[in-house]
Amino acid sequence: MTAACAALALGEAPPYDVEAVRADFPILHRPVRGRPLVYLDTAASAQKPGEVIEAEASFYAADYANIHRGLYVLSQRASERYDEARRRVRRFLNARSEHEIVFTRGATDAINLVAASFGEAFLTEGDEVLISGLEHHANIVPWQLQRARRGVVLKVAPVNDAGEVPLEGFLSLLGPRTRLVALAQVSNALGTVLPVAEMTRAAHAAGAVVLIDGAQAVAHLGVDVRALDCDFFVFSGHKLYGPTGVGVLYGKETLLDAMPPYQAGGGMIASVSFERTTFAPLPDKFEAGTPPIAQAVGLGAAIDYVTRLGIGRIRAHETALLGYATARLSEIGSLSILGTTAEKASVLSFVMNGAHPHDIAQVLDSRGVAVRAGHHCAQPVMARFGVPATVRASLGLYSTQGEVDALVEGLAGAEALLLP
Amino acid sequence: MSGSLDLRDLYQGAILDHGRHPRNRRPTADCSHRGHAENPLCGDEVSVGLAVDGGVIRGAAFDGQACAIATASASLMTEILVGRTPAQAKGLFEWLWTVTKGGPETESSEMEAEPRLAALSCLRRYPERVQCATLAWQAMLAALDNPGP
Repeated sequence: MTAACAALALGEAPPYDVEAVRADFPILHRPVRGRPLVYLDTAASAQKPGEVIEAEASFYAADYANIHRGLYVLSQRASERYDEARRRVRRFLNARSEHEIVFTRGATDAINLVAASFGEAFLTEGDEVLISGLEHHANIVPWQLQRARRGVVLKVAPVNDAGEVPLEGFLSLLGPRTRLVALAQVSNALGTVLPVAEMTRAAHAAGAVVLIDGAQAVAHLGVDVRALDCDFFVFSGHKLYGPTGVGVLYGKETLLDAMPPYQAGGGMIASVSFERTTFAPLPDKFEAGTPPIAQAVGLGAAIDYVTRLGIGRIRAHETALLGYATARLSEIGSLSILGTTAEKASVLSFVMNGAHPHDIAQVLDSRGVAVRAGHHCAQPVMARFGVPATVRASLGLYSTQGEVDALVEGLAGAEALLLP
Repeated sequence: MSGSLDLRDLYQGAILDHGRHPRNRRPTADCSHRGHAENPLCGDEVSVGLAVDGGVIRGAAFDGQACAIATASASLMTEILVGRTPAQAKGLFEWLWTVTKGGPETESSEMEAEPRLAALSCLRRYPERVQCATLAWQAMLAALDNPGP
């Protein structure tokens, strides 16, 4: 048990001790370019606490074998660990049943699964899919493929100058042909938190099925899929302080049951002959091939970690820090923040008048400050704000005021070097 | 690249000068050959126009939205290309690509005769910026293949 979590186990409600949390993350103690690492790219991928790394490593060292098909003890142990990881995901999302939790390669894989499989079962020419103007490419392109293959119509709810998706605009696009609504809970490019609960209610009232892309949400907001009442919810393990290569599709059982398999192969069948194959029940029907077993085990450890810290306390820490960072960045005259709504999580996206985001990121890197510069796989968001790219600093449960200060100092250095 | 990094060698001298005050940056509509390139990683885009006459590049211009490295490389390119043949221009692109990918720096009589190429060769320490450094050059290759009406 780590120091940060030991206090919690005593039943106290201690203040959030970010230094104790940082002690849990080995990489945060490795210097970069001779300076302490300032990692402000958690929205792209979160760093891993030691217990996640250890869970995956010790699984390989002690319990590893392929799952489900072995009659020997290791295969049984591995299967049990994999099933236990699924149970942790179910509890974390408050899903009704383990049958509703499908392990995927990540959020992108999960959205593609829904687009292909739900599309095959339920989408026909002229049906409408409604997304928002804040979506990641992963929640745009799969629907464009459905448009090309099935003649589905893609509608996009507009974004206002504050980086919000106003309800009026969204509601006006819900219609009798809307079959599916697919929305990011948190924008990866701007950090905007969308009112997905209200949007889900409205979409259901219009008879549409709702997919929530929770990739940017799970590490920052509490998620309860039954309270939200969404039909699908997807996220990636690596953005939740877990391993790469594993993600989750939550889907309501009735829907998943009605959908055809996505990929075909071993593990997803009940029986196969050359004449006829019957498919395995949920969730195996959607898990063809050997799944990311060790990564799922690591994801289970990551869920334990953030659950013990408390997602509410993490949210409070990050919200206070985001407010501090917003205030500090606002002091820099050449800098403009994109996404100015009060409802934000983790992300600060900005441009500097007279300096290109790539050059700014290069200067920050020379000071050991890791940020992302580019379009963040959200080119329509860049187009909406008339910029080719932004600098994005994103916060996690281990981020500190001192790191925000290092960012601000680095930006002053970038101004001195790059501005005429 | 390892240890602490002094950015002054990147954002200094010719690179910084051409990044801040790019030469031959103007609309390319009236050029005989025009090409365009985009960096899919960041959305930067550059258009390049060439005036080719009698098998020789007589003039070059560029336009677009790009970072300081891409802008400086474009600006330097528009000066370097003048008086060279399309074949020589393609050869210089190959050289720059190899150098900025961090490949072996080949001794070249071109470099000795052309200090502006030496300025670009400092980009070899930043292989992650290869797309930036060669963006305008890719547009230039497209332009050579796209003579106007």
